[in-house]
Amino acid sequence: MATLLAFPLLAILVVFQSAIVSQVNLLHGSADLILLVLLAWALQPKVNNAIVWAVMGGLLLNIVTALPIGIPLIGYLLATGIALSLRNRVWQVPFLAMLVATILGTLITLGFSWSVLTLSGISLPLSISFFQVLLPSTLLNLLFALPAYVVMSDLASWLFPRELEI
Amino acid sequence: MNSGSFRSLQSVVITLVVVGLLLLALSGFLSPIFNLTLSPFISLQAWFAERYQALNSFLTAPRDVARLSQENEQLKSENARLQAQILDQQRQIGEVQVLTALLDFASANPQNEYLAATVIGRDPSPFLHYVIINRGSEDGLRRGMPVVTDQGLVGKIAAVTANAARVQLITDPGILVNVVINPAKAEGVLSGSLTGDISLDLIPQDVAIQTGDLVLTSGLGGNYMPDILVGQVTGVRKRDYDLFQQASVQPVVDFNNLSIVLVITNFQPIDFSPLIPPPETGGQ
Repeated sequence: MATLLAFPLLAILVVFQSAIVSQVNLLHGSADLILLVLLAWALQPKVNNAIVWAVMGGLLLNIVTALPIGIPLIGYLLATGIALSLRNRVWQVPFLAMLVATILGTLITLGFSWSVLTLSGISLPLSISFFQVLLPSTLLNLLFALPAYVVMSDLASWLFPRELEI
Repeated sequence: MNSGSFRSLQSVVITLVVVGLLLLALSGFLSPIFNLTLSPFISLQAWFAERYQALNSFLTAPRDVARLSQENEQLKSENARLQAQILDQQRQIGEVQVLTALLDFASANPQNEYLAATVIGRDPSPFLHYVIINRGSEDGLRRGMPVVTDQGLVGKIAAVTANAARVQLITDPGILVNVVINPAKAEGVLSGSLTGDISLDLIPQDVAIQTGDLVLTSGLGGNYMPDILVGQVTGVRKRDYDLFQQASVQPVVDFNNLSIVLVITNFQPIDFSPLIPPPETGGQ
């Protein structure tokens, strides 16, 4: 059920991201709702298909972005891996884990995109990329991190209801 | 005098008095007396009427408040509906204005065939400057077709699906456009940047260019048709020890408010790759 839900939910998020969120910029950075949803999903205790969600999110994003094929996918897989490792270590404080995962996930996905684009010959000055794109994007992602976590937590509770002891 | 004749006389006197009073009243001679007599009564009646009206309105007020409140809600609802209608009409007017401008542009350049498309999204990657339009290969779009507005060059189609296409803007850091600077007729190469600023490079040192000069596509390289307006020179950097001059350019298109664009469908980019000789392998 959770895997079936991934496709429509992530597809809607990709549309929302492209149509609206990408146009709301802080300097030249923007929030990444798909990344936030993937991280929040990976941090839910009972979720065991976070990697599948990451693959689906990466593939769907590749449809609308001009980034080379596979870059969003690898970026999301790395970020999800970080979130999964955080879930096992700081599970007592999920909000803190979400914030840490958001910072690391944003750095990883954007850093990876930047590296690949730079290697492919596109001029992206490091300082401008860091101060005008990476930092503002991280800030925007942190702003949306907790709402995303709450929504995905509710979704996880609905999909994986707590078992009653009789 | 007996009582009978006295009563007759009394009746006659009363009749005469009444008739006299009536005649006086009809002739208007008694008006001041009437006014004087009726004035206190009128004042008293007015006082009673006011109190009655006050009491009546007090007793019927709750029903009026309910009715007025209902009317108020209806008016609010109607007001909201009319405001929404106004906003919708303003949006439509904006669209019509844009389309009219594009139509004027298309009419002024009859040698080209245009297809209007709406911008429906932007690239989610903050490092890239691409937009997504709602026309694709089913509408006849092909990779490499130039995209313009009535103001000037927007970019070129980078990828096409059946019903949508991705347009690389001239502000994208990965784009290069061969341009010519008027009136100096100097050629240069325009490139985008991460911040959306565009700049010119490879301008020969011996050419005099100035702020305000127009930048147009040159058509060299076969990727764009010539003479599409790109922008205006806003600054020139010329150093004696450099091989070329550089210049910053203000694009004529407002990329932050890009809503409708025109794709030039009768232009196909020229692929030079078959003409480039393959590199010779060593030892042969």
